[in-house]
Amino acid sequence: MPRLGWRPRPTIEADHLTKRFGELTAVDDLSFRVEEGEIFGLLGPNGAGKTTAVRLLTCLVSTTSGTARIGGYEVGNGADAMRIRRMIGLVPDNVGLYEDLSAYRNLDFYGRLYERPERERREAIERLLKMLGVWAQRDLLVGTFSKGMKQKIAIARAMVHDPRVLFLDEPTANLDPEAAKTVRDFILELKSEGRTIFLNTHNLDEAQRICDRIGILRTRLVTVGTPAELEDSVWGQKTTILLVEATEPVRRAVESLPLRKVVWEGNRLTVDVTDAARENPTIVAAIVGAGGRVQFVSSLRPTLEDVYLKYVR
Amino acid sequence: MDLSKSWTITTKDFAVFRRKRSVIYGLVAFPLAIALGLPTVLALVVQRGSATYAQLTPLMDAFAFFFVISTVYLSTSLASYSIVGEKVEKSLEPLLATPTTDSEILLGKVLAAFVPTIASTLLGATVFMATVDALSAPDLGYLFFPNWTIAVFLLLAAPLACLFSVEANVIISSRVADIRTAQQFGGLIVLPFAGLYVLAEIQVITLDALALLVLSAILVPADVLLFFVSRATFRREAILTKWR
Ligand SMILES: Nc1ncnc2c1ncn2[C@@H]1O[C@H](COP(=O)(O)OP(=O)(O)OP(=O)(O)O)[C@@H](O)[C@H]1O
Ligand SMILES: [Mg+2]
Repeated sequence: MPRLGWRPRPTIEADHLTKRFGELTAVDDLSFRVEEGEIFGLLGPNGAGKTTAVRLLTCLVSTTSGTARIGGYEVGNGADAMRIRRMIGLVPDNVGLYEDLSAYRNLDFYGRLYERPERERREAIERLLKMLGVWAQRDLLVGTFSKGMKQKIAIARAMVHDPRVLFLDEPTANLDPEAAKTVRDFILELKSEGRTIFLNTHNLDEAQRICDRIGILRTRLVTVGTPAELEDSVWGQKTTILLVEATEPVRRAVESLPLRKVVWEGNRLTVDVTDAARENPTIVAAIVGAGGRVQFVSSLRPTLEDVYLKYVR
Repeated sequence: MDLSKSWTITTKDFAVFRRKRSVIYGLVAFPLAIALGLPTVLALVVQRGSATYAQLTPLMDAFAFFFVISTVYLSTSLASYSIVGEKVEKSLEPLLATPTTDSEILLGKVLAAFVPTIASTLLGATVFMATVDALSAPDLGYLFFPNWTIAVFLLLAAPLACLFSVEANVIISSRVADIRTAQQFGGLIVLPFAGLYVLAEIQVITLDALALLVLSAILVPADVLLFFVSRATFRREAILTKWR
């Protein structure tokens, strides 16, 4: 028995998690660990199993094999599932709000299901709707709201019981840039409060901007790392140099250097480097020494898109 | 099982029903039409001199059967809104993510259809009894209603028939994707009950207290059986993955 007042650390662990629907394997052998206060993003194409992964972790569907733990509680275990549900919030891919009820009534209903006393519910709802900038619309029917507003209400609903772990399934899909930014800022705010966040996304830019670590899923987890690690894993770092003119002596001077890979494209030179601080000055000196004139020198990093395409293709 | 959570779900559904005009009209108009329409028929028959109220007493009892039929009809419409409505709005997934058990949700849904139906039926029946008494008391010299027959109809047969209908609707709801289809299939549940009334009209059976006790005795095991079948269709994994 846990000690009184003992609170489990809000971690997410998956261990060879697998889900099959009949013949079809939706999620295969998923293993990873998300630490307290971390934002973990699952990135993958349509049908990759992202939604299924979240449903497995939120005790909505049973596992075929493997295990997962939230805060140390087992997802497949009936008694633990109740503890997990109290600890987590879920923003599903469909908002699933009651369109005939007001925003406030939608949230209040959830507050009751989590057995929060009336006053706490009122305070929590007010705080959340104010943070998301939709407090003024609290008494309007959700059916009259725009997509962005609905998404904000769905996020507030997932937070009404102050969960320490939050699962979001494509929280900014279909939102305009401004609404998407409000949602991202809110997610970052939740992280700063020490909550653990698991989010599914298609949006590479978003993953890069807010996730501490990213897993690329294609039924199996293809790779996991920080955005920087993933980028390095594609082709490391490159330096690109634009010359006024790529003369023959300059080309020969560059070829004579001990470089891994050199690509010429008109007046542009792209070089794979491992230690930019040491190699770049040498390259520039060689070019200048051969009479070349340099317009620009810049570092070229792979984008998450390159990472994604490399792993998903 | 935490009954207060079921009730939270039930009252949420009441708030949703309040916005559905067709639901409210049905709950008010249907029992009221029976409550005022049937006594009007009696009054017309007596006025034409075809019969006296004393001769019509078996018919007054049989008319009460319409309130059993009304519970089946009304609960069909409420249950489809309550269950298929969640499916249409895709609101079951976040609901299932809360610390609420399948049984608590199912009970909340059953009550959401059961309570308004029984309340509106009892109110309609009260109006019916008062109207019939007002018409017939001068002739009969006593108040015909309430009597034991209608007590069996309203307090035993009607709730059992209503429960039967709600459970059947849970099963129907798991198979269909929209409210209209659910209501069309749900409407079929009325048929056996309407059939009983037809049998009474052509005098194959008599719809008296004894007949309704027999009907109730059949409904009890049927309700228990349907409870297990509906409970089996209402499991979270099935709801999320098979309820399309
Ligand atoms: N209930 C189900 N029954 C059968 N197959 C299913 C079920 N749910 C999902 N699948 C299948 O599992 C695979 C993964 O689906 P999932 O919804 O998890 O993908 P996703 O990554 O969330 O996709 P998207 O980006 O489109 O949301 C798909 O091939 C899908 O058809
Ligand atoms: Mg999905």
